[in-house]
Amino acid sequence: MATLLSVSSLATQFSTRSGVVKAVDGVSWNVEEGETVALVGESGCGKSASALSIMRLIAEPAGRIVAGSVMFKGRDLLALTEEEMRKVRGREIGMIFQEPMTSLNPVLTVGRQLTEGLEIHLGMTPTAARARALELLGMVGIPDAQRRLAQYPHQFSGGMRQRMMIAMALACEPPLILADEPTTALDVTIQAQILELMKSLSRKLGVAMLIITHNLGVVARYADRVNVMYAGKIIEQASARELYANPRHPYTEGLLRSVPRLDEPRRSKLAPIEGQPPDLTHLPQGCSFAPRCRWREARCLESAPELAAVAGEWHTSACWQAEHLGAVAAA
Amino acid sequence: MSELVVGLEVPSRGSRLRAACGDFIRRRPLGAIGAAVILLMFAAALTAPLISPYDPVQVHFAAMLAPPSAEHWLGTDSFGRDVLSRLIYGSQTALIVGFGASLLGATIGALIGVASAYFGGRIDLLLQRFMDVLLSFPLIILALALVAILGNSIPNLIVAIMIPMVPRCALVIRSSALSIREMPYVDAARAAGFTHSRIILRHMLPNVMATYLVMLTAFLGQAILLEASLSFLGLGVQEPLPAWGLMLRGAAVEFAETAPWMAIFPGVAISLAVFAFNLFGDSLRDALDPRLRTQ
Repeated sequence: MATLLSVSSLATQFSTRSGVVKAVDGVSWNVEEGETVALVGESGCGKSASALSIMRLIAEPAGRIVAGSVMFKGRDLLALTEEEMRKVRGREIGMIFQEPMTSLNPVLTVGRQLTEGLEIHLGMTPTAARARALELLGMVGIPDAQRRLAQYPHQFSGGMRQRMMIAMALACEPPLILADEPTTALDVTIQAQILELMKSLSRKLGVAMLIITHNLGVVARYADRVNVMYAGKIIEQASARELYANPRHPYTEGLLRSVPRLDEPRRSKLAPIEGQPPDLTHLPQGCSFAPRCRWREARCLESAPELAAVAGEWHTSACWQAEHLGAVAAA
Repeated sequence: MSELVVGLEVPSRGSRLRAACGDFIRRRPLGAIGAAVILLMFAAALTAPLISPYDPVQVHFAAMLAPPSAEHWLGTDSFGRDVLSRLIYGSQTALIVGFGASLLGATIGALIGVASAYFGGRIDLLLQRFMDVLLSFPLIILALALVAILGNSIPNLIVAIMIPMVPRCALVIRSSALSIREMPYVDAARAAGFTHSRIILRHMLPNVMATYLVMLTAFLGQAILLEASLSFLGLGVQEPLPAWGLMLRGAAVEFAETAPWMAIFPGVAISLAVFAFNLFGDSLRDALDPRLRTQ
């Protein structure tokens, strides 16, 4: 498969009163055509900033993309003019936002919000756009489409709104969709429905997806490959199966251990990761996870390890003891 | 949010409007009275040639300074012109200038306000400081200066009254647009690849419609008053065109004791019109404010 999106050494910073926040600090990853890639990490680790950087929607002048390239279908998105970039947004890369309740405009009908992109990007006539909108609502499983199109967002439930957002993202049949925490604001049963829908549509239409989430359950079930982010850096990359079976970074391992599991005997307590995420304005000199790490050594506090390949399927880890961790897990 | 109608049913537009009107009359009787006076004014302006008993500019030297009577209900002025007819025709001037100025002023102000909030940063700063400069002049002084520069035809009068209203509207609209700017649907619109102007006009402007309408009705009263003031000061509408402010001027002052009807009736018309627009505007604001809607 060909590489669709290739992010390399991307760095995005925000200037704040208390200093420069390195929200994204030199990350590299890619998305192949038609696959689903997950970007996982806790709040504030730079997941959303990565997605916004790709779309070039970082709020300027506070935020700035300072380095790197975003190659999409052979073009560097960071080098495009604003006008060219506008044609990429919505047409070539769709985006699904976290908050379905507020991501739809309350004063426009749902139909209008769906047809607007079609008319602008694909030059459809209002009649053709409406026909396509009906088809899209059918695809995302919203019944009674005729009537629904004339309604306003407040007449939709949260799950239905997120279906709408998916329909809007899919409208122009972009080859890539960025989904920023698509299910976080929904309740659990609806989360599963929405994810299933996204998965089946991405398969059917051959759309590649980048799912940004902090939910490892989502990753396990729906992602082909996973990038784990911590403090603005990618600290581990692997296929989803490999990552679960054989985590090679203490942070990933900690995340996995802190997920409650139904298929194991009930433990009295979850095993959380101790400590707090680091202050992004004052990152420690060495590995940024070192202060919270169980396996910390002297060298971890002095210099940060780079991502390096470890044994296994497409697997890299940024830990001095990656190989050692594998041996411990195997034992 | 400023949804005008909340409910799960989607009735036809007509019946929704009718229900909203009925609701408005029941809950805001004062506003309804204001609306009635406004409608009356409109009716008078539109049917002026039909309902006015005399030609408003026709001079009758036989009936100069006649007191109110069966022939001249509100009396005549120093040229023998019928006061009632001049009042009726004057409502045309008041409404044209009032609506023209407030509609333009509020619309331009709203556009500047929303654009300012949307772009933020340097553009916001420059626009707002320019608005501050305009705001530093009292309404009437700025209008006076503008009319003195432009000359006093009706279009110029509209421009002169409109310009001081722009910054006032821009200020208010900007503050509500700032909160809209932070809504995810604005980011979503940008992520969908829409142009700035489309986002401002189609996505943000409808969301500040309630504020806009309230500013508009408030401006209407002010614009009518301002037109009357300018005409009274001799910088507005010129004789022999009938205008309320103009009727208060000149001979009306001279004969104030012997022929008070010349001043009283246009004065009443101005006050009533401004009062009606303010009442209606206040009630409209309450009706559109979701926090006050349940009262």
